[in-house]
Amino acid sequence: MANETQAVDAAAAVAGHAAEAAEKGGMPQLDFSTFPNQIFWLLVSLGVIYWLLTRIALPRIASVLADRQGTISGDLAAAEEYKLKAKDAEAAYAKALADARAQAQKIIAETRAEIQKELDAATAKADAEIAARVAQSEVAIDEIRAGALEAVQAVAAETAAEIVVALGGKADAKALGAAVDARVKG
Amino acid sequence: MAEEAGTGLVFHPMEPFKIHPLFGDGPIHWYTPTNVTLWMFIGILAITLLLVVGTRGRAVVPSRVQSVAELAYGFVHKMVEDVAGKDGLKYFPYIFTLFLFIVFSNFLGLIPMAFTPTSHIAVTGLMAIAVFLGVTILGFVKHGAGFLGLFWITSAPLALRPLLALIEVISYFVRPVSHSIRLAGNMMAGHAVMEVFAAFAPLILVSAVGIAVTPLSVLAITAMYALETLVAFVQAYVFTILTCVYLKDALHPGH
Repeated sequence: MANETQAVDAAAAVAGHAAEAAEKGGMPQLDFSTFPNQIFWLLVSLGVIYWLLTRIALPRIASVLADRQGTISGDLAAAEEYKLKAKDAEAAYAKALADARAQAQKIIAETRAEIQKELDAATAKADAEIAARVAQSEVAIDEIRAGALEAVQAVAAETAAEIVVALGGKADAKALGAAVDARVKG
Repeated sequence: MAEEAGTGLVFHPMEPFKIHPLFGDGPIHWYTPTNVTLWMFIGILAITLLLVVGTRGRAVVPSRVQSVAELAYGFVHKMVEDVAGKDGLKYFPYIFTLFLFIVFSNFLGLIPMAFTPTSHIAVTGLMAIAVFLGVTILGFVKHGAGFLGLFWITSAPLALRPLLALIEVISYFVRPVSHSIRLAGNMMAGHAVMEVFAAFAPLILVSAVGIAVTPLSVLAITAMYALETLVAFVQAYVFTILTCVYLKDALHPGH
């Protein structure tokens, strides 16, 4: 039933289209009666599109593209500048470092010289003290030595006198003294 | 228009190209709003959305729509500059207008039930004639009689030159014909083929053969649609680049 009505409808439509086609002569593209209409609306459309483009779209897009170009080149220039600044900062840092190092070297050298000087002074003082002590000691030793020599002579004279007495001689103090002196001096 | 009354299949391959008034059923005067008007205006609306509304942010970092608009701008701008040279850029707005109209007509025409203004020879013919007259007048204004040097090929032997000039003149006058028929023909043929396949699709409702034919025709429509999507862009591109080539001939007629 449904199919039947469909078929009838289709047939009617086909008949209608066939009549229309016959009336208009096949391809709608070659139906010249519609040409003025198409041409008119085409001109209107192209005119509107051209107006939209030249008044609004193209200047806007061109300015956006130019802006973007400007922004990009501006950013690149800024980046270049920052790079130079960074390089400068690095150079300044290196210089400061070198300066500090030089300063430190100088301080070290100065300190070393100062210490050396103090050391030299202390050494000299100590040397002088040692020399003085040595001299003092030498004097003392000489004194002791002289004392000892005298004591040796006295002891030798006494001993010799005793020995002479023991041997039954008579101790001549003067002769004994001379003999002992001679012997001690050797 | 053909029909197979036996199977109940109805072929209307020319149906989508019919022009009819939008309101009523009266005769089509030059001012009557028709489906041509409707689809051209839908095209204008789409162009406005892309190029005017889409770029209203004027963003340095573009939105998606704005980057598409910029892409279209850059595409045609570069084409004009590469083909016609720097001095051709003065005519960039005209060429961009043509490109946008064609590309939007072609793509909107791919919507089922849509009308494709560029499938009509009246539309493409007028555009081709406008380009032809435009570049010819421009050539004579810029170079005077020197523009005729376009037909006098100085690099060829002297004896051959008159013959070549004749061929060149003929090919020059054939330009608007090929220019317009290429676009309208491509648009019309693809859509008509899809229409024919579409007519086969309901065969399954009326005949057992349809079990094989219906899926095949649906597949064929899909494949044709993909091809037509490509053709829609390629034909807009071809029309535009040929316009650039003709413009180049007008600006620099020396070979």
